[in-house]
Amino acid sequence: MNITQILFWSLSALAIIGALMMVSNKNPIYSMLWLIVVFFAISGHYILLNAQFLAVVNIIVYAGAIMVLFLFVIMLMNLNADNEPQKNKWLKFAGVISGGSLLLIVVAALRQSQEMAAQQVNLTGGKIGLIHNLGQVLFRDYVLPFEISSILFLSAMVGAVVIGKKGD
Amino acid sequence: MMPINYYIMLAMALFSIGIIGVLTRRNAIIIFMCIELMLNAVNLLLVAFSKLHYGRVAAFSPEATTGTEAQLFVFFIMVVAAAEVSVGLAIIVMMYRNIHSVDVNFLNRLKH
Repeated sequence: MNITQILFWSLSALAIIGALMMVSNKNPIYSMLWLIVVFFAISGHYILLNAQFLAVVNIIVYAGAIMVLFLFVIMLMNLNADNEPQKNKWLKFAGVISGGSLLLIVVAALRQSQEMAAQQVNLTGGKIGLIHNLGQVLFRDYVLPFEISSILFLSAMVGAVVIGKKGD
Repeated sequence: MMPINYYIMLAMALFSIGIIGVLTRRNAIIIFMCIELMLNAVNLLLVAFSKLHYGRVAAFSPEATTGTEAQLFVFFIMVVAAAEVSVGLAIIVMMYRNIHSVDVNFLNRLKH
């Protein structure tokens, strides 16, 4: 077991534990902090896959911007574990069963397939995840989607302001 | 070298946990966070497949850039997720202002 495998397993364990803690925690603030742990673990996976640009963007956009937005909203509403609404027990049970059976079916199908088992991901090699290559392709072949995404951002910003405006 | 199966299983586990969260919680903010978790699981899988196809092509031609598109798609998914979060949180704030709760069960009639 070399260092890459140790890192893979520890990051995977961190991601899954963080996700489970996020779903099961009663307090929304702790839940959000566990989600940040998951995002950092996924960024670690990106670095392990040599996708360094995506790792940095993941930390800046998700752990930085989006989670701060969530934190502000949660603190604005003064939510805590006491007034947390709970679903009844059977609905929770049914939700866990249906989500778990999805996982079970995909894992079972994956274990049966012979050609997937032989595929290996080349972890460390390659420069496709570096910013040089990504920038070349983004601004040469995908410049129109890039510009359209700026319009999407503008409309999202206008929409958020219009929806969040007090009184109408 | 890592088998692609491990990555598919990890991403599927994260995605299922997100689905379980959406189905079992009633707090609108937590449901929203679970959706973010599912988006991240898909992103991780896209990057893993991008490296898989890169590795297959790079064995023959070292200068290949196969798999770049997948990483750009991940970038665009992050863009869309950021826009989605800003509008969604504005809707949640407005809902909290109107009914003083973030319980999604109060919204089943879509009016107050």
